[in-house]
Amino acid sequence: MSVNDTAAGLMAEDGGAEGEALSASGIRARFGLAAAAGLWFAAAAVTALWPDSDPDAWPRTGEFASLLVVAGGALVLALPFSLSGVARWKPVTDRLVAAVPWLVVLALGLIGWEILTAKLNLLPRPFFAPPQALLEVYLDDWPRLLDCFAASLKLLFTGYAIGAALGIVTGVAIGWSRAVGYWVHPVLRLIGPLPATAWLPIAFFAFPSSWSASVFLIALATGVPVTILTWSGVAGVNSAYYDIARTLGASQRFLVLRVAVPAAMPHVFVGLFMGLGASFAVLVVAEMLGVKSGIGWYLQWAQGWAAYANMYAALLVMALVCSGLVTLLFRVRDRLLAWQKGMLKW
Amino acid sequence: MVALQQIAEHPASVDPAGMTIDARGVSHRFELHGAPLPVLDGVDLRVEPGEFVALLGPSGCGKSTLLRLIAGLEPPSRGRILADSRPIQGPDPSRVVVFQDPTLYPWRTVRDNVALGLEARGLLRSQGHRIDEALALVGLTGFAKAYPHQLSGGMAQRAALARALVNDPRLLILDEPLGKLDSLTRLTMQSELVDLWRRAGFTALLVTHDIEEALFMATRVIVFSERPAKVTADLRIDRDYPRHRGDPVLTELRHAILELLGLAGTW
Ligand SMILES: Nc1ncnc2c1ncn2[C@@H]1O[C@H](COP(=O)(O)OP(=O)(O)O)[C@@H](O)[C@H]1O
Ligand SMILES: [Mg+2]
Repeated sequence: MSVNDTAAGLMAEDGGAEGEALSASGIRARFGLAAAAGLWFAAAAVTALWPDSDPDAWPRTGEFASLLVVAGGALVLALPFSLSGVARWKPVTDRLVAAVPWLVVLALGLIGWEILTAKLNLLPRPFFAPPQALLEVYLDDWPRLLDCFAASLKLLFTGYAIGAALGIVTGVAIGWSRAVGYWVHPVLRLIGPLPATAWLPIAFFAFPSSWSASVFLIALATGVPVTILTWSGVAGVNSAYYDIARTLGASQRFLVLRVAVPAAMPHVFVGLFMGLGASFAVLVVAEMLGVKSGIGWYLQWAQGWAAYANMYAALLVMALVCSGLVTLLFRVRDRLLAWQKGMLKW
Repeated sequence: MVALQQIAEHPASVDPAGMTIDARGVSHRFELHGAPLPVLDGVDLRVEPGEFVALLGPSGCGKSTLLRLIAGLEPPSRGRILADSRPIQGPDPSRVVVFQDPTLYPWRTVRDNVALGLEARGLLRSQGHRIDEALALVGLTGFAKAYPHQLSGGMAQRAALARALVNDPRLLILDEPLGKLDSLTRLTMQSELVDLWRRAGFTALLVTHDIEEALFMATRVIVFSERPAKVTADLRIDRDYPRHRGDPVLTELRHAILELLGLAGTW
């Protein structure tokens, strides 16, 4: 038996062992998925079969139960795929299997929520809505919710884009030019720490419309951290980078655009993340107090009418949207800063 | 070394490939904690076209400072430095520096790092082919798309060398370029640098703390005093290339230089 044969044999054995291990973990995965599916079916059963404490209060109980059945059914359907070992499905099924603990806890949480609210009515009623009440909001009030989200996103994007662009330009200018630094730095030091919302009364008074005032506030909230971090990024650029470029014949323009800005990019992104968080806060406040549209306004309107289910429903979508936007920014960063080592995964 | 031939065959100008450097009475001082710190004290140094001059001296005596002045990164406090009989006004791509740290731009691939000088001068389109030649010259063809953090120290320093050579410099300024490499890589790169210099014909200025390196590579060795640096010796190394590290003449010279640096007793 040659060395090669031995190696091949060893590898075959290895492969076999791995196959067995896979199937063992496959069995565990199947069991976990099945258990999760069972719990979602159980949640559906509790919702549908146990009568609501107030039979007229929640007309969408049936639909909610159907939704839970669909979720459980989807997990059951995923079972054969997770076992098939087909490479194409592996990324999806792997993620599903990894999510099993969450799927279990979510199902248990829904069952508990359902029982405490709709079934036993143990929690004070208007404040604690059962899940079917949220579903009712989505099914009946979705046009208004959609309008509000569209309005919010438009406002947010306008303000954020202006703030980010101005912040980057200002940050580079302060970091690059002594004269600009001399004049802008003290202003930034004075105004930077002030929360943007403190400008709210003045902004609504000074701007022609509450919408433009809100754009200003969001741009301000975004612009300050972006400016400061871009500046610190530009100021921290290794001076040897400039020496290299200068000896190779670089112009001032090249030094700014091709050396300072890319070198400062990791800092700029920290500023962009901070600005995004700040812009969410300002957006909601500005909509609550000034702009009569958008998700902040919806939240306040819901609260005014004691429509707590609407509030929770809007909050849930808002959390998803904000998280989605942060994820999007992470994706952009990962793409632009692929050259960095050891980046944080979101 | 085909690529090298090609580079040598396309001189940047009608002048000889190598540049003349003439430093006259150059003094320089820095401010340190509010007090003046004299670093160079009346340095006179004339380098002929195509010479390979090694600068030796105690650490911190001002060798790097002299190179920065010649590169045009800073003006001297006193004295004049002429490049081809014209005073140096600022940096120029005909005088390229390779520093001890490769300082590649981490956000650019190796290829884009090497392209830096051509890009900065808007020559990418007309002379882009030189990038691949320079990469081939330093043996990094397969790593054109790698990012600097994926390179070893020696490879990064080669990339920095390619970034300099792609500009077809007439003066190559080397500030301890091999100082941080392991000794094996270092010996290899010494030979490669000498080959390169002999073929391309540029003038070379090398700061090193390694006497053997200076003697193995240079046609002339300048020894500086403690800070503020003055020229204390100017030795001509009349030995043919390729040289042998065990050459007894070089050993003699090494002894002489150690003596000049006040280290004779250690050998
Ligand atoms: N930008 C600077 N500002 C103040 N002092 C400096 C500066 N650059 C170099 N020096 C000082 O000048 C002296 C010579 O430095 P350098 O030329 O780097 O020495 P070396 O001969 O080791 O290359 C050192 O004492 C160093 O501290
Ligand atoms: Mg030095």
